[in-house]
Amino acid sequence: MSLRSPLGRVLGLGSAKEGSSHWWAQRMTAVALGFLSTWFLISILLLDNLQFDVVSAWAGRPFNSILLLLTTATLAYHSKLGVQVVIEDYVHGPAIKVFSLVMSNFTHILLAAAGVFAVLKIGFGAP
Amino acid sequence: MAEFLLPANSRIKKGKHFPASGESTNIRRYAVYRYDPDAGENPRVDTYDVDMDHCGPMVLDALIKIKNEIDPTLTFRRSCREGICGSCAMNIDGGNTLACTVAADSIKGDVKVYPLPHMPVVKDLVPDLTNFYAQYASIKPWLQSRTPAPPDRERLQSKEDQELINEPAACILCACCSAGCPSYWWNSDRYLGPAVLLAAYRWLVDSRDDATGERLDYLEDPFRLYRCHTIMNCTQTCPKGLNPAQAIAETKKMLAERRY
Repeated sequence: MSLRSPLGRVLGLGSAKEGSSHWWAQRMTAVALGFLSTWFLISILLLDNLQFDVVSAWAGRPFNSILLLLTTATLAYHSKLGVQVVIEDYVHGPAIKVFSLVMSNFTHILLAAAGVFAVLKIGFGAP
Repeated sequence: MAEFLLPANSRIKKGKHFPASGESTNIRRYAVYRYDPDAGENPRVDTYDVDMDHCGPMVLDALIKIKNEIDPTLTFRRSCREGICGSCAMNIDGGNTLACTVAADSIKGDVKVYPLPHMPVVKDLVPDLTNFYAQYASIKPWLQSRTPAPPDRERLQSKEDQELINEPAACILCACCSAGCPSYWWNSDRYLGPAVLLAAYRWLVDSRDDATGERLDYLEDPFRLYRCHTIMNCTQTCPKGLNPAQAIAETKKMLAERRY
């Protein structure tokens, strides 16, 4: 029990002076993903088939490789921002909240690295 | 972690039934949430049959009739009975609104009356608004100007300036919107909620106020402001027809604007 005043409790640790950059990044990555995912879907649908050699030949072309890298990185970053919001909304224990946020960051970085590596490997040959 | 059921001592039980005494045929049934923290019992829903031939048209009229004639232990807040004081905010037929401005005729079936959701209950339909009022105080809801007031008259505003604050200043702080916001349910200890953010916006756009930057500094926080995920329950439920969601969106735009 604490006799701290209600106003003192609301003021808490003060403003984090942060939030608008997160909010802006979430919107900008969403806009970028709008373009990138449209390009990705149309390109995939225009392929003759989805056999391994057809798709890897498509992904190996420089223009496609670059856009695939951007899609992977943007998607991972956007997802990281979104999952962070979900955790902050619903996970309330201080320890488990920090643990969840750290694990989410690690997972997203791992997925981004794996995606980037895959695209580079196709792009630079030796599939 | 996540709780999927209310704690055992919070689950709502079936309560008493109070049948109508007269021989009226125009009977309306009210199902009202009852809770008395001193009794050590679970909350319950009591049902009252109200003779609508001898009752005013609004839900608040029926609650007052119940308290006066059927069950004097029923506890609720009310004052102005014309939608300007915000005292009788409660959850009626599943939506947060003012009991004095909702006609019983506009509701189908039994009239279900609960306190504002996700607030601590003091008794029956009376929620504890301590945190809500402290949050309101925290945004410094008064004019802060470094410009000295003219010695011979009040601070002037143009008509356009006044129009910016007309709507946000019409908020009566009934807390219907905040109590209807899922983000506020989960994080009301840190998220300010739509009502207080609407009040903050009212001062952000006041042409006579010089503390816009400090006010934005106070709001720039992942929890205080950015727990709003544009769910829009606030705007949908506001009994005064105001738009807190838009005020919050405008505040976010102001915070983005000053970055670039």
